[in-house]
Amino acid sequence: MRLKVEPRRQVSKPLQYATPPLSVLGTVVAAFVLFAIMGYDPLRALYDLFVAPLGNVQGLSELALKASPLVMIGVGLAAGFRANVWNIGAEGQLMMGAIAGGGVALAFYGREGWWILPLMSLAAVAGGMAWAAVPAFLKTRFGVSEILVSLMLTYVAEQFLSYLVLGPWKDPEGMNFPQSRMFSDSALLPVLFDGTRVHAGVLVSLLVVVVAWVVMSRSILGFEIRTVGLAPAAARYAGFSQTRVVWLTLLATGGLAGLAGLFEVAGPIGQLIPKITPGYGFTAIIVAFLGRLHPLGILLAGLVMALSYIGADQAQVDMGLPNAATGLVQAMLLFFLLASDFLVRYRVRLVRPAATSEPAPAQKATA
Amino acid sequence: MEGNLSQTTLTAGHTAGTDERLDLRGITKRFPGVVANADVSLAIRPGEIHALLGENGAGKSTLVKIIYGILQPDEGEVRWNGTPMIIPNPHAARALGIGMVFQHFSLFEAMTVLENVAIGLDSPEKPSKLAERIRGVSAAYGLPLDPLRDVHTLSVGERQRIEIVRCLLLEPKLLIMDEPTSVLTPQEVGRLFETLRKLAAEGCSILYISHKLAEIKALCDRATILRGGRVVGGCDPKVETASSMASLMLGAQIKPLARRATTALGPSRLVVGGLDLPADTPHGIGLRGISLDVRAGEILGIAGVAGNGQNELFLALSGERTVETPGTIMIDNTRVGHLGAERRRALGLCAVPEERNGHAAVPEFSLVDNAVLSGHRREKLLAGGLIRAGRALDFATRIIKSFDVRTPGPGAAASSLSGGNLQKFIVGREILQKPGVLVVSQPTWGVDAGAASAIHAALLSLTSEGSAIVVISQDLDELLAISDRIAVINVGVLSAARPTASVSLEELGLLMGGMHEADVAKAASPEREMADAP
Ligand SMILES: Nc1ncnc2c1ncn2[C@@H]1O[C@H](COP(=O)(O)OP(=O)(O)OP(=O)(O)O)[C@@H](O)[C@H]1O
Ligand SMILES: [Mg+2]
Repeated sequence: MRLKVEPRRQVSKPLQYATPPLSVLGTVVAAFVLFAIMGYDPLRALYDLFVAPLGNVQGLSELALKASPLVMIGVGLAAGFRANVWNIGAEGQLMMGAIAGGGVALAFYGREGWWILPLMSLAAVAGGMAWAAVPAFLKTRFGVSEILVSLMLTYVAEQFLSYLVLGPWKDPEGMNFPQSRMFSDSALLPVLFDGTRVHAGVLVSLLVVVVAWVVMSRSILGFEIRTVGLAPAAARYAGFSQTRVVWLTLLATGGLAGLAGLFEVAGPIGQLIPKITPGYGFTAIIVAFLGRLHPLGILLAGLVMALSYIGADQAQVDMGLPNAATGLVQAMLLFFLLASDFLVRYRVRLVRPAATSEPAPAQKATA
Repeated sequence: MEGNLSQTTLTAGHTAGTDERLDLRGITKRFPGVVANADVSLAIRPGEIHALLGENGAGKSTLVKIIYGILQPDEGEVRWNGTPMIIPNPHAARALGIGMVFQHFSLFEAMTVLENVAIGLDSPEKPSKLAERIRGVSAAYGLPLDPLRDVHTLSVGERQRIEIVRCLLLEPKLLIMDEPTSVLTPQEVGRLFETLRKLAAEGCSILYISHKLAEIKALCDRATILRGGRVVGGCDPKVETASSMASLMLGAQIKPLARRATTALGPSRLVVGGLDLPADTPHGIGLRGISLDVRAGEILGIAGVAGNGQNELFLALSGERTVETPGTIMIDNTRVGHLGAERRRALGLCAVPEERNGHAAVPEFSLVDNAVLSGHRREKLLAGGLIRAGRALDFATRIIKSFDVRTPGPGAAASSLSGGNLQKFIVGREILQKPGVLVVSQPTWGVDAGAASAIHAALLSLTSEGSAIVVISQDLDELLAISDRIAVINVGVLSAARPTASVSLEELGLLMGGMHEADVAKAASPEREMADAP
């Protein structure tokens, strides 16, 4: 007897949209069991994780703050995923964006001027794009897998950032801590609501959602991307260039990730440090899939994922739940999502070598 | 049900009795907006070759999908050897001994023939043994197939052989064939029929769907006719003529193709000179020294056995593959060899690929989106990079209207259309763009007799407006009916085009078999068999 996996001939459409909520549900149930086994009060843990942060302004503002980079990167990644371009190195592109934008901030340290932030943003976009251009070039020119290249470049970016903040860009008055100077005021994002950390970057990410929505659903560019992903031969027939789509989606994602990286260092952090994000570039992959690769879905998914970050903090403070709970919850979510997506498309059968499953005689056929 | 449809033949499709192998009773299947099958009853005896006839969208594929367990009927009963059955999936159908060759193939492009066959098997088998069996079956039934080749290198005709061989390996009791011959050459059809007759003589029942009525007449013992999802009658194909069956199917007489008077031809619109194109896959066919010249108002037919470079020639003409020397291909005196598909389309060259799903159309897209796919430029469906939804909808609606595409509406996904209706949509989409040069591959693959003559008429009327048309087809009758000149492609080499009036089927057959032009005249002999010329 053995297991056999085979594609279903008919894939249910409604089910495809039901899997994200279903996998959230699955995660909640699994987390409940897990916390109970670990000896925590599971209800309280779940409350801390998923409900408590929504109850106050502080929690909501942090939610917006953390969702913003996830959504921005997720939207870019989703465009690529639709075209079968698997950029999983957004984390590295994010860091290069932060380095490039942060570099501008440090170069104009002590200067004032409205032009500093826009210049930083441009540099950040360029930095992220440059990092994404490497896999784009290697893929379109030599057919190298963008998955490997983009992932490995993430570790290069990480080392580069460490080198900078430990070496040339280290704050001279920083008592040897691995960090740059604090950016001057002109290089910091304006805060939108007093008393919170919500900054202008949140608005930018909303704008990105709207623009991406229009581009993907109404423009010929989005049409091109979707066609290349669904039917490469039809794309060639229509005259759409796969090479162009690979470049465009990688550059767009790189640029958005770079900008998201800058918004972290020019927003809540205020300087360059070795670890800018808790892995937003990777979490955004989950966000993109959880949001069904649709900009609006990604907005929702980004909020859910942000909740898991904040909730874990809350649970740690409140009941000593280990901080690894964040990773756990996120990983379970991805697991359930992939598993249920897989089961929507494929089915698993037990195959007995001799007797195969019989068609059913139906005396009172009710089919 | 007019004319020659007698009471006795009406009941031929369904006689009570327990000796039926398959007995369908009152099958009904609804889709959103359409009833694909309404109260369909049908019985097939062991060893019988039963034809299922009907125009595009009549519900033939739906009915056989129900028998094969892909779809479940909303109402009705399926009896197998007298026992009512629920057939929940194809696996169960195969367990009963039902095999099916699909209208659209379900093959994995990146895998070999052997792997594709192995995937479909219900009990695993050692690859070496399986390869042996494949070779055995394909030799026994005259369907040459190399188990180790990658599927993406195969032509449509060759792919179909995989599907047929895959079924034959199961030694089926009932073999369902949904338009199996659309892409086979007359010789291949002849051999397939021998196979089928042999199977039937061994007691296997065959349910056979085809729009080629001459074939039905040659092969089938009984026929059931569907129209709009209902059984409208049955007949004995042996006593009917092709045209009487056509009128039974359509409920109307088809107009014979009005061959236009040979008009004075205009200037050359498509000129290809010395086109060489290396094969892009290990088993692909390279093009060697292709030259052709099509003038305004002219149709050039290109005949050939599947897999002799037709795909490559199509891609080279459509611009999906380009060459470095611009001058080898000229559209209206513009050098375009180096230009891609979109630039060539702007210059007036439209194209209809042979494969509908995934090449000519994106199955997941709506008809509107599929209209945008190739029409966005010539139909001005864009404004500032955005798709003009209203215009796109108009264009799709126009195609549906002018080419009588049966669908609930332009918002329907391409994959929900019946094969022939999607074909009508695609051909219509290109013709309505009023191309100066049109390259079509298999223009009437899978469309019913009525629609085929409508498509032929549309092609002819396009030439009378001064377009130049290249038709690549394996259907010699089609080529003889509409082309002004015919050339034959064989292993990537194109013979010189000859006026249609001066070539015979025999000569074409010899050219297709690879004989040189000079020798053909000498060698053409009457006893050379051309299977199934009606
Ligand atoms: N999955 C589906 N969803 C919606 N409608 C469908 C679907 N499959 C078939 N139909 C509709 O059911 C009807 C019958 O389709 P079917 O494919 O059975 O026709 P057919 O007789 O095989 O035609 P053809 O000769 O063109 O292949 C058509 O109107 C078609 O649009
Ligand atoms: Mg069909």
